[in-house]
Amino acid sequence: MNQNEIPISPNLEASAVPFWRDAGKRALVFQILAILIVGGASYYLYSNTQTNLERQSIATGFGFLEKEASFEIAESLINYSAADTYARALLVGTLNTLKVSFIGIILTTLLGGLIGIAKLSSNWLIAKLAGGFIELMQNIPVLLQLFFWYAIFYESFPSPRQALNPFTGVFLCNRGLIFAIPEAHSAYVAMGWIFLVVLIVGWFLNRWGYRRQELTGQAFPALRLTAAAAILLPLFAWALYGAPTAMNIPELRGFNFQGGITVSPEFSALLLGLVLYTSAFVAEIVRAGIQSIGRGQIEAAKAIGLRPGQVLHLVVLPQALRVIIPPLTSQMLNLTKNSTLAIAIGYADFVAVTNTTINQTGQAIEGVALIMVVYLFFSLTTSVFMNWYNKRMALVER
Amino acid sequence: MTQPTTARREQLKPPVSQIGVVGWLNANLFNSWYNTAFTIVIAAVLFWLIPPLFRWTFIDSLWFSSSEACRDIDGACWSFIPNNIRFIFFGFFPEGQAWRPALAMFLLLALVIYSKERTRWKKSLGWIWAASLIVMGTLMYGGIFGMPVVETSQWSGLPLTLMLSFFGMVAAYPLGVMLALGRRSKMPAIKTLCVVYIEMIRGVPLISLLFMSSIMFPLFLPEGVTIDKVLRAQIAIILFTAAYIAEVVRGGLQAMPRGQYEAADSLGLTYNQTMRLIILPQALKIVIPPTVGILLSAFKDTSLVVIIALYDVLKTTKVALSNPKWTGYSTEGYIFLALLYFIFCYAMSSYSRRLEKEFDTGH
Repeated sequence: MNQNEIPISPNLEASAVPFWRDAGKRALVFQILAILIVGGASYYLYSNTQTNLERQSIATGFGFLEKEASFEIAESLINYSAADTYARALLVGTLNTLKVSFIGIILTTLLGGLIGIAKLSSNWLIAKLAGGFIELMQNIPVLLQLFFWYAIFYESFPSPRQALNPFTGVFLCNRGLIFAIPEAHSAYVAMGWIFLVVLIVGWFLNRWGYRRQELTGQAFPALRLTAAAAILLPLFAWALYGAPTAMNIPELRGFNFQGGITVSPEFSALLLGLVLYTSAFVAEIVRAGIQSIGRGQIEAAKAIGLRPGQVLHLVVLPQALRVIIPPLTSQMLNLTKNSTLAIAIGYADFVAVTNTTINQTGQAIEGVALIMVVYLFFSLTTSVFMNWYNKRMALVER
Repeated sequence: MTQPTTARREQLKPPVSQIGVVGWLNANLFNSWYNTAFTIVIAAVLFWLIPPLFRWTFIDSLWFSSSEACRDIDGACWSFIPNNIRFIFFGFFPEGQAWRPALAMFLLLALVIYSKERTRWKKSLGWIWAASLIVMGTLMYGGIFGMPVVETSQWSGLPLTLMLSFFGMVAAYPLGVMLALGRRSKMPAIKTLCVVYIEMIRGVPLISLLFMSSIMFPLFLPEGVTIDKVLRAQIAIILFTAAYIAEVVRGGLQAMPRGQYEAADSLGLTYNQTMRLIILPQALKIVIPPTVGILLSAFKDTSLVVIIALYDVLKTTKVALSNPKWTGYSTEGYIFLALLYFIFCYAMSSYSRRLEKEFDTGH
């Protein structure tokens, strides 16, 4: 609405409107006030901080990153010793966070998807069990679950000497989960490369198959071919290399196991707690996504003669994923953020390492700022990737 | 076609395989070959799993005994809980004064239960709440009527958990609504401030805010001024929860059709009136389910204060478990605590379902 167009008496001009009745001016005053308050408060806190830092003679800046950390970290993906710098210690923490989040996200998606589908099962027993699992996991704090699983590990599991041995080569004790892995051999490297090449070729084959089907109507079984090649070709290579079967089997020497792979109780408890907790939320998201597809869609797909696999692949999933992905993203981010609870059970994730750093250097501001920047970076990259994926899925719509 | 005679109208019963227990089993457990297989496998696993668990929980267990008696049994030692219940619930609250937090909690729960009915939501209820909060604060802090003063550093256990979560929710909700309105505002400065705040808080884990409150915040204050540690954690929880509520409320605001705003404008309502009378009542109603989800996680997240060494109910349980007399009974302690949290959370979510149904005006 334009005020000038309203015929008003000549003595009541626009300037006569008091400024508190003028929405535009009022908004300006509000904004200036808000900026002044926020700016003033920030300046006040900043100057306080400066005086306090000087008074307590705490160093500022990130110079401490170059100094020697002089603390050990129990598990690390890269070489690390107490003589390394804080920067390297923080890198170890970051990698540990990425490790638990990455494995956690994969396992959560699988388990959550499975339970979400199970809740829709026509089998009463399966549906009720899935529902019970979801209610139970959603209503118990994740930190309590972590404590519970960690307690199970270090209290209920025996010492390495009496380790449980459910399968050959797998040991469960209060030092964690220890299992045998194949002895290193060039055959496995070759198998890995071949697998990778098959996947890449399969991807192109699949695209070509789609294009051919769109042009000629003839289907090409690219997926099945790729799956068969991905299994058979590496096996063939393995046989060609002389079929090595030697295993690196964990052995009890003294008080602990040697050989094999050890998954620490801290990592196991953290992973188990995060995966079970988050998958309950993912299950509800998956269930809602599947239920959002009208029955008519599935019936129509069947009516035009699609096989059950095609119904799922071509009709149900593309539509369900569009509903599922946005909330799924925020659950994945939640899992990453909840992995900071590692500090409570002694897994050396980024926050735990930073906390030790803060305690040793006293540079709380830099430490907390580092935590915030790193997690903001994780959050933003994940949401950028997921938004890209989401947009790609959404483009299918006409 | 001939008309059926009365004799022919004799009722035929449905086949026995489609009614009663057998019918239910056929429809729900054995309706296809793979469902039959699933049912059999799951039943086998349950039969293998449940009897030992049942034995551990009920048959081989001790409920009211000393810790020494527990060392000789195979089952659960539930005796840990009655023996330590005072510490788990009230922590370091002085011996002999435990009735005060107990009474305060009872008052809080009674008020919450009383306030459940929507017919009781009147102005007088607000005054009752205000008065009760003062009474509860007095009960906890003491200082009058011959009750010795108990500093907030000694407030621990369940009262601390309930306090952090109650005030966390109650204060975060209006703040979150204001942030959401700010984010939808047409004023660029206000909008930017709100967006930056919401996105920053949502991007970082709660722990970093709690760290900020416990180790960084003292540096912000002028010399000689200190703010209570519990209060700092409380503020961190409020600020954190508010950002999440703001996003949920924004969803509700975006779902409001333009017509609602335009109708309010044409009635000549001011911005405040439009929001208070037209937009918010509808927007907040449609976001009840996600809001309750946020409040539930706020309640569960109060357990994170363990990490900055506040003695909430999880920490007091951990301390009780670290007593050499009772080490090794973590499973029992944590199961008890899980049950406690489960009851609170379940009550909240079922109340939200009821509220949603009551608010549903069907248009």
